[in-house]
Amino acid sequence: MIHPIPPGTRDVLPEEMRELRRLQGALLEVFEGRGYGEVATPALEYDEVLTRGGGRGDHAAYRFFDESGELLALRSEMTVPIARLAATRYGQVEPPHRFCYIAGAYRAVSPQRGEMREFLQAGVELIGAPAAAGTVEVIDVLEAALDAAGLGSAVIGLGDADLYRDLLSELGLAEEARDSALARLAAHDLVGLEEELEAAGVAGERVQSCLTLSQLRGGPEVLEQAREHEAAAVARASERLRDVNEALGSRAGGHRVQFDFGLMRDLDYYNGAILEVYDPAVGRVLGGGGRYDGLMKRFGLDLSAAGFALDLERVQVARVEERRRGGGDR
Amino acid sequence: MSEPLKLAVPRGALFGETLDILDAAGVDTSEPRGDSRSLIFETPQMTLVTMRPSDVPTYVEAGAADVGITGKDVLLEQSDRPVYELLDLGYGRCRMVLAGRVGSDRLGDSERSLGAMRIATKYPRIAERYFESTGRQIELIEVKGSVELAPLVGLGDGIVDLVATGRTLEENELEVREEIVECTARFVANRVAHKLRAAEIDELTEKLREASRG
Repeated sequence: MIHPIPPGTRDVLPEEMRELRRLQGALLEVFEGRGYGEVATPALEYDEVLTRGGGRGDHAAYRFFDESGELLALRSEMTVPIARLAATRYGQVEPPHRFCYIAGAYRAVSPQRGEMREFLQAGVELIGAPAAAGTVEVIDVLEAALDAAGLGSAVIGLGDADLYRDLLSELGLAEEARDSALARLAAHDLVGLEEELEAAGVAGERVQSCLTLSQLRGGPEVLEQAREHEAAAVARASERLRDVNEALGSRAGGHRVQFDFGLMRDLDYYNGAILEVYDPAVGRVLGGGGRYDGLMKRFGLDLSAAGFALDLERVQVARVEERRRGGGDR
Repeated sequence: MSEPLKLAVPRGALFGETLDILDAAGVDTSEPRGDSRSLIFETPQMTLVTMRPSDVPTYVEAGAADVGITGKDVLLEQSDRPVYELLDLGYGRCRMVLAGRVGSDRLGDSERSLGAMRIATKYPRIAERYFESTGRQIELIEVKGSVELAPLVGLGDGIVDLVATGRTLEENELEVREEIVECTARFVANRVAHKLRAAEIDELTEKLREASRG
């Protein structure tokens, strides 16, 4: 008898499970070794708690009423539940707080796209550590995690979440025009972005400058190249990235980091540094994260914070692919 | 990372001009121009993978091709596939339009008496979005082949379709009623390739930009 399961979910059989457990074990060892204690939170939360993380982006896709009429939702990621946990349970404890997790999350998928409705994330949250130092610690943990996962060729893209919000306001775009230009940037639709900016009356050379800026990515040299773009928002973002670069430079690692002035994350609680993880063996982004200094405040605890999450199934695919390509050692 | 860049090349209406612009950008296209039935061509500069235009976003999104060329109509219809749209190449210009039968007011009549127009199309998402954004209701009929046929035999009151010269419409006694959007060929890139093979992709983008202007 064949008994189906919903599309975007899957069973794991012993052989794969052993591999997955090994991967999880290696990651947990890295996280715990750096003082990040593992936590678990319920897969179900009050919808009101999850929407506090922000309206746009990757919010909960599955909601339902419980037996007493409360609106519940399945979490779509772990940062908001951990912010809730930290604010509730650690309000009186001296920061910083370091948490890690390996947990399932849930999101809506388009049919027949190979996307998972239920997926496994591994990540850390560092709460109460301000920019530069806190960001660099998170990047450090991420690099060690990628090493432990055997992803020798993975790259961390590092950008700034405030850059375009600020820059577009500086260019004089009203809120509506700004949001629609930001949506083009997030989709990386440069043709559409050019049209939007021109329609909003931005001068030709500033439009071109904005387009070039969004294509600026590479080693630390791009932090210097960004100086050509004369705008206060760009100067501020470069300054923040330079701080991170300096702090990164004072330690052994850092070889995985690529600076990227075109990076955008679709979760709206990010500010300052944002990051994404890529591997040449896989065409999709393996994970991401960044600073979310404003999020904790929404839960009544005014602490700066940063973290990342890796999609474990994609990491596993990248691992297998790198192995097939003959080892990822560098 | 010594593997050459993989470019998804659309067969069909865009094929010829795509090869022309690649030539101008310094890519050797003599092989795909021949009568070979192969789908993949190794040129000294990059690997050309030929496919249906509507498959280009699928290959590029998954990273099976690093970059690709396809029509804006395809990108609009598959806007849920996250690929980076880097360049308007300017050729393959055509219009997405709403068309009805010459001399007939079936579109208006259906809207008034039935509250919704019945629209046959190969582009259900573009059609749906367009009518939604203009506050009108439609009954959508998705067809795969020659959509001009539909209103002639009473399947739908009108069509939403891509028009280049307008000859096909004319021959089927159809006329443009509304223009929805203008479409041209676009250069797209995979998200990860765009980050990890930045130098190569930027170089190709610049060459294509030059070529599309020249």
